[in-house]
Amino acid sequence: MALGEASISPRLHLAEQTRWRTPEILFWLATLTPYFLFPNYLSLASQIAIAALFALSLDLILGYAGIVSLGHAAFFGIGAYTAGLLSKYGWGEPLSGLVVAAFAAGVVGYATSFVICRFRHLALIMLTLGFGLLLAELANTLGWITGGMDGLQGIHTWKLLGTFPFDLYGRAAYAYALVVLFILFLFARRLIHSPFGLSLRGIRENFVRMPAIGAPSRGHIRTIYTIAACIAGVAGALLAQTTETVSLDSLGFERSAEIVVMLVLGGAGRLYGGIVGATIYVVARDQFSGVVPQYWYFWIGILLVAVVVFLPNGIVGGLTQLAARWGRK
Amino acid sequence: MLPPVFGVLFDGLAYGMLLFLLSVGQSVTLGMMNFINLAHCSFGMLGGYLTVSLMSRYGWPFFATLPCAFIVAAIVSVGLERTLFRRLYRASELDQVLLTIGIVFISVAIAAYVFGTDQQPLQLPHYLRSSLTFMGIRFAVYRLILIGLALAITVALVLGLDYTRFGARVRAAVDNERMARGLGIDVDRTFAITFALGSGLAGLGGALSVEIVGLDPSFAFTYLIYVLIVVSVGGLGSISGSLAAAIVLGISDVAGKYYIPQLGAFLIYLVMISLLMWRPLGLLGKR
Repeated sequence: MALGEASISPRLHLAEQTRWRTPEILFWLATLTPYFLFPNYLSLASQIAIAALFALSLDLILGYAGIVSLGHAAFFGIGAYTAGLLSKYGWGEPLSGLVVAAFAAGVVGYATSFVICRFRHLALIMLTLGFGLLLAELANTLGWITGGMDGLQGIHTWKLLGTFPFDLYGRAAYAYALVVLFILFLFARRLIHSPFGLSLRGIRENFVRMPAIGAPSRGHIRTIYTIAACIAGVAGALLAQTTETVSLDSLGFERSAEIVVMLVLGGAGRLYGGIVGATIYVVARDQFSGVVPQYWYFWIGILLVAVVVFLPNGIVGGLTQLAARWGRK
Repeated sequence: MLPPVFGVLFDGLAYGMLLFLLSVGQSVTLGMMNFINLAHCSFGMLGGYLTVSLMSRYGWPFFATLPCAFIVAAIVSVGLERTLFRRLYRASELDQVLLTIGIVFISVAIAAYVFGTDQQPLQLPHYLRSSLTFMGIRFAVYRLILIGLALAITVALVLGLDYTRFGARVRAAVDNERMARGLGIDVDRTFAITFALGSGLAGLGGALSVEIVGLDPSFAFTYLIYVLIVVSVGGLGSISGSLAAAIVLGISDVAGKYYIPQLGAFLIYLVMISLLMWRPLGLLGKR
């Protein structure tokens, strides 16, 4: 490996990591194949892209900054309800809806980040869980705004860019979700291969020592938490706009747990982990849960135990290891 | 005549005692090994289902099923501890959370598969369903027994922890695990026994809770959140802290549902977040 030359200077090391490799290009070309191979599954494909974006946002805080959050769905839900309400009360333009949703989720993320950055370990897990539960309960209580248990009805999304309508087959929906995912992925990729991204990984490894080499741990955590909240908000808004409905479970505990499962299944702390995990999870759920939903929970449980015991770095981590072993031979 | 506030206090106390039984084991094991076991309530659920099926299918009397719930939950938990959990004592919190949440998912699925997703019926003997009236307040006999039982267990736990050799080992391991090992205490074995006791108490709590809160497969998730609140607010490894937190939580939950039902569980979560921000190690947490 070129590790020797790459570690000459930090700048070269980062430049080496930012280089696009063939598997990456092939991966993104493969995301276009649903249009040719599975034209009947485009709405499922758009759900995968949305889940992948949500998992990517969690990866930024969980995988890179080491903040274990059991309440990340809060931001997803805020984004979904913002976009949904905006569209219900007369402004159904999708792109500006995304921006407003990202802003709303970001504001809440920024406000809570002041608490989040002060705690670690169990207290942190409990606080993220508590904020998530609090928000879900609030949405349930404010039924006159959110529609309560029935969900938010009467959303109508306008044509994308004024030309492409969102139809039942999900052609526009998938393209829309995929392009947004790709743009935000590029942003996240740039972010974590920057000096800021490196210091995040440093904070994950040692929260106390990073300030000693000039990286303010709390400030960095506030920044990345806000960014992750914005991206999660965009993912929620995408779901609201493409399915034209928002339900209470978009910000519930189950959604938060589910996204952690997807990310860890794929591999936390790896850019493609969330995307791979979301793809496998959503496809498997689509195949299994048709029969009896309880079986699905059983398999998810088995999967979780197996990943923790046998595959500590997720599927992407396992594949990378295999590739490295194969490359050495 | 006493105003209805006493009735609310009484119900809240009974509910708090239930939460205490469900969570005290979690508090001690978390304090000892720093192992986050989200599957703790699955053992409670096991105890609940055991009691219900022993009573309805085999006609066991209610009180005979309680020791059974305790023992079976303890045995199952030690089996899991020896095979799965012990690998993760040094692992990251994330891995612990994931593994144990996986076990919750599996237990929920198995419960739904075997017993269905309906609420389980429980036929208590007549004398347990009656109530006494004292100064205008109705005291349900079942709740009185529940409070008495929980108080007896608390006293036994506190005395056992303070005055027995085993209790001294547990306290040493909670305070400083490495030092305890250095002194020749078999922390792994002590932990396994504590874990079994704690899970057994959860099983007992689960069995006792069927009458009050009902039982369906979502039990393991619903009460997981309550247990985590009790543990994190009460402070790790502290029995009296857990008791205080469980009683406060029980009373405020019942009172909240009675006086301001439209707020739902909102109040509980708000109280928990503010308490955690004020004292991240819990009300009576040391360290």
